[in-house]
Order: sequence, then structure tokens, then C-alpha cells
Amino acid sequence: MDAVAHAPAIEHGPSLRQRLAARGFDAVTLLVIPAAIFSLLLFVYPFAFGFVLSFEPKAGGDWLANYRRFFSDPFLYETIAKTLWLAIPVTLVNLLLAIPIAFRVRLMRNQRLLTTLLVLPITLGTVLVAEGLLNYLGPQGWFNRTLMTFGLISQPLKLVHNYWGVFASLVITGFPFTFLLTLSYVTGIDPALEQAAATLGASAWQRFRHVYLPLLMPGLAITFCLSFVQAFSVFPSAVLLGEPAGPTRVISIAAAQAAFEEYDYSMGSAIAMIMGFVQLGIVVAVLASRGLFYRGPASGAKG
Amino acid sequence: MTIALSQFDEVRLDRVSRDFGALNALRDVSLTIRRGEFIALLGPSGCGKSTTLNCIAGLLPVTGGAIWLDKNRVDTLRPEERGFGMVFQNYALFPHLNVRQNIGFGLKMRGRPKAEIDRRVDEALNLVRLQGQENKLPGQLSGGQQQRVAIARAIVIEPPLVLMDEPLSNLDAKLRLEMRAEIRRIHNELGATTIYVTHDQDEALSLADRIVVLRDGVVRQVGAPKELYEAPAHFDVADFMGFRNKLKGKVVAIEGDRTILDVEGARISGVARERVSVGSTAYAAIRSDDLEVGEDGPNAIAATVDTIEYRGREFVGTAHSAGGLDFVFRSHVPVELGSRIHLRTEDERILVFAEPVQGRQ
Repeated sequence: MDAVAHAPAIEHGPSLRQRLAARGFDAVTLLVIPAAIFSLLLFVYPFAFGFVLSFEPKAGGDWLANYRRFFSDPFLYETIAKTLWLAIPVTLVNLLLAIPIAFRVRLMRNQRLLTTLLVLPITLGTVLVAEGLLNYLGPQGWFNRTLMTFGLISQPLKLVHNYWGVFASLVITGFPFTFLLTLSYVTGIDPALEQAAATLGASAWQRFRHVYLPLLMPGLAITFCLSFVQAFSVFPSAVLLGEPAGPTRVISIAAAQAAFEEYDYSMGSAIAMIMGFVQLGIVVAVLASRGLFYRGPASGAKG
Repeated sequence: MTIALSQFDEVRLDRVSRDFGALNALRDVSLTIRRGEFIALLGPSGCGKSTTLNCIAGLLPVTGGAIWLDKNRVDTLRPEERGFGMVFQNYALFPHLNVRQNIGFGLKMRGRPKAEIDRRVDEALNLVRLQGQENKLPGQLSGGQQQRVAIARAIVIEPPLVLMDEPLSNLDAKLRLEMRAEIRRIHNELGATTIYVTHDQDEALSLADRIVVLRDGVVRQVGAPKELYEAPAHFDVADFMGFRNKLKGKVVAIEGDRTILDVEGARISGVARERVSVGSTAYAAIRSDDLEVGEDGPNAIAATVDTIEYRGREFVGTAHSAGGLDFVFRSHVPVELGSRIHLRTEDERILVFAEPVQGRQ
């Protein structure tokens, strides 16, 4: 009763604090602030800065000059196709490898050991993997020597400093990530659904095709997007294992050259923006296609 | 009814065993199920009833013994080759398929023509009374409706055998009674040979033609509901059949078909269901419905009332004896909490069992 006497506002309806709380704003909401500052300073500001910078060409000219230059110079615009030509096949290969392996691993008991082994390459980083591959797949590496010893080939195969070197490196570093994501989606599906399908006469392939695949599609789309974005921003392995002047001159190399060899930050920013929009375009297209599939919970029962 | 079930004479489990590592989940389970029978596998959790069902369905391999469908051995077949319909506890409906597609799934996998699938799904929808719901997704249905879809999906493939794994345990009490009647009705209409797993004795008694009581992976008793209810063969079966009063005593005499026990000084005379000898420890089992408040005399034991509940037509109470035995009894008249009463029943209502061997036998 005292509270009413001291707070006459209550008579006119809920207080501002109550109304805010009803919409999900209360003192706890303030805890968002550190994260917001973090992302503002380290993501939003640099991105906005780069975006604006890309419209202020170093050599002068109108605000679209950088973009016009990019799309008129084949040495520059071809990097989009080259990067896509690496990133999309690599992502698809990773996904196609991850699905059957995840299906096998979901039945295993020592999943944690395997998971740890798979996380290891992620922590090693791309440079170490690239160095290892240079030695292993190089003309004098074990791989070529073994094949030659068994007489399978007479000349060493050229597996590094070209497209396939970068391809192998991206598969090795990208696979664990793709696999772990896929595994979590696969294990999220109620195994009783597969059992039900089996008792209804569905063969292993039919169970995958009619039960698992439709339920997995949304998750696989997200996995594809995340793996694709990783592969698309390839830089170290394209330089170390590829032909950075030729077929593996990916878009990030073009941006780095513009920014740090020509000291044209404006052009570098423009290329980074183009890179971002290509990624965004692919991701949006893939995620939009999820709308074609069932996206509800992947178990039959309500609770 | 046009849903015609595949014809066969019997399903035979021949000493089926199943080990999980060192644990014997099932030991030498032998059972013959005749065409059209409704069999309930009854037992507490962990008794091996679901394991038995999964072995029959092919979802778990057996580690010993064989399963026969007439002259054909089926335990070596994959589940999709056995063609038994199964209803799961959590329904296991395909969440991305609507009711019609869920029910038609088995027929589609068998490559039946679309017209035939449509016709048979319509019949199944009629049978489980789900007309008008066929385009909904499972998530849009109530629990009872989901279970109807699961039943329709299992029987539309016209299986020789329908397996049901605690199909009602996820439903609330009222719906459970309703669906129980539905399952019985569908069974009566189709005559589908059914194996039904449950831990609920009421469900087993009301649905089954024969009940198989399992405990620790061993068949304890097989019989018609009336037989099990009135004459359980073992102490644990009696316990499961609602003999909630278990009076531990010593056998003092065996006179004809009556066995007389000394329970805390009182003389209790009952019918022995297992072999007991004079001087050995034995249990007198009495159903709570049969234990009534009465006078001191034969088969009467003194007790103090602990609780008393009004149940409409009668009272149900709990009491304990001076020696620490607990009782559940009924009474037509209210009794005072804490009062001293005598609980008694007739000789033929008391079953005497030998002291059970502890642990897994």
C-alpha cells in the first residue's frame, strides 16, 4: 500500500520501467553493451571506414572509379571466378566427404577421441599445413617417391604450386570444421525415425534419401555457407601452395597487392567490398533455398 | 475391412537371448504367438520387454536363439525385409511429411502405384478416424492424433505382425483410456496379430488375449489375463498384478491345500502357489481390494492406521503392524487416523509364495 502512495504513477498505468521490462528491456539488457562496443569498434567501424574509403579513389576521379577499374581489368575481375572455382568445389567436396563419415561416426563410441583428432588441424593453422604439404606432395616428397617406387608413375606428379595444391590444403583445413558441423546436425535427428523407416520397408539408401536428407538440408545449407566463406577468403595457402600470379590468384591476393604493394588502400578496400558482396550473394542464395525444405524440429514427437 | 493382413499361422521365439556386453538383457525367451492373437509383454522397466520387441522387429540383433515366422527364419533378416509394422513410444512420425505422406511411406518404399497408395491410405485414415487431417504435419497434431497416425502407418503395409512399444505412455490419463479402447477396436476390426509392450498391468489386462510377464530378461509367467490376475505363479508376478500386501512369515503347518503362516504371532492361512516347506520363510500376498477392516479372529492381523483416503464408493487406507509390515486396505466405513484396527481376508484370497531368490537368477 505504501508503494502505491509513493508512486502515484501506478494509478495511470504501468511505469516506464515496467513497460520496458514487458518488451524485454531491463537492467540485464545493459550487459549487451560491452559486446556492442566490441563489435562496433572492431567490426562495424572498420567495415564502414573501408566502405567509405573505397569510394575515394587514390588517383582521383569520380567515386566509382575503383569499381570501374576492377571490372574493366581482367587481371582483377578474373580473381572472382578463380576464387569461386576454388571455394565452391572445395566446399562441396568437404560436405560430400563429411556426410558419409558423420553417418558412420554417429554410431561410434569413442566420438570424443575422434573429435579431438579432427580439431587438431584447425588449431595448427593453414601455414603449418601448407609447409607440410609442400614437403609431402612436392616432387621429392614421400607421396611422389612412393608412387615412383611402385612404378605407378615415371615422372613426379605436379601437386604443389598449382590449383591442386591449394585445393588439397583447403580440404585438409576445412574438412574438420565442415565435419563437426555436419556431425552435430546428423546426431540431432531422432534415431527412432530411421528405425521407423526401416520397419516400414525402407532400404538404407531410401532411409537416407527420404528421411535423413530432407531433415538435414537446412543444416547442410548452413554448413555449406560457413565452409564456403572460410574457403573463399583463402590467402596463405593460395600464396604458399598455389600459383599466386596465375590460376590461384584469388581475390584476397588482389586486395593485398592493391593495399600493400601499390599502397592504394582505397582500391584495396574496393576489392574487399566486392569480395564481401560476392560472399554475401552466394550465402543469401543458399540460405534462401532453405525455404524450399522443412525446417521444423527433427524429431517426431512433441516433447 | 479391405486392409487384408498377410496370412501365417504362428510366430515362434525359440530361446532368444540378447547380451549387452556382460549383461544378459534377455535369456532364453521362448514364446509362440498364434495368428490373430493380442499378446502383451508386461514387466517393470529394465525387464527386457522392449528388447524383446526390438529383437523381433530387427532393430536389435539377437545374440542367441532364433525367431520363426511359420517355417521361415526371420531373425537373420534386416528390419526392412521382415515387414513387421511397428508403433513407437514417441510415435517417430516423419516431421517433414504430412499425415498422408507418413501413412503412405511404407507403400511408397515398396514402389506401389500412386492410385493404390491413395486408396489404402484413405482406408487407413478411416480406420483410425483421422479424415480431414491428412494434410497436416505431425507437429500440428495432438498426441492422440499422432499416435493414430503412427498406428495407421504401421498397419497400412498389411504386416503379418504389429509391434507396439508402450504406445500410450506419452499420453495423459484420459487420452490413454480412449486410445486403449481404440487399439482394441482396431484389433477387433482387423484381427492383426499384435505384440504390445507395456509396464501398465491395467493396459495388459484389458487389451491382451495373453500376457507374458518378464523380469530380468526371463519369462516368469504366460497366461490369460484372468489367470495371471487370479493365480500368479510367482511372488514378483503377484507383486506386479496388484498384490500390494506382502506379509513375511514362517510356515508353521501345511494342511491339505492350505498353508498356514505365522506372521508376527498371527495365524495366516492361504493357498500355496509355490512349493514351501514347514519352517521355511514365506510370503502371504493379499490384494489391497481384499484386505478389509474386521474383527480379530482367523487371518486377522492388528495394525495402526497411517493414512485414509476417500475414493467415492469406499475408503483406501494404509496401515502398519507392530512388527513394521505395511498394509494397503479398503474400508466401507471411515476409520480414525492412528486407531488400532484388525485387517483380515478369506483363506482363498491369500496366496503363499516361497521367499524369492535375490538378484538376477
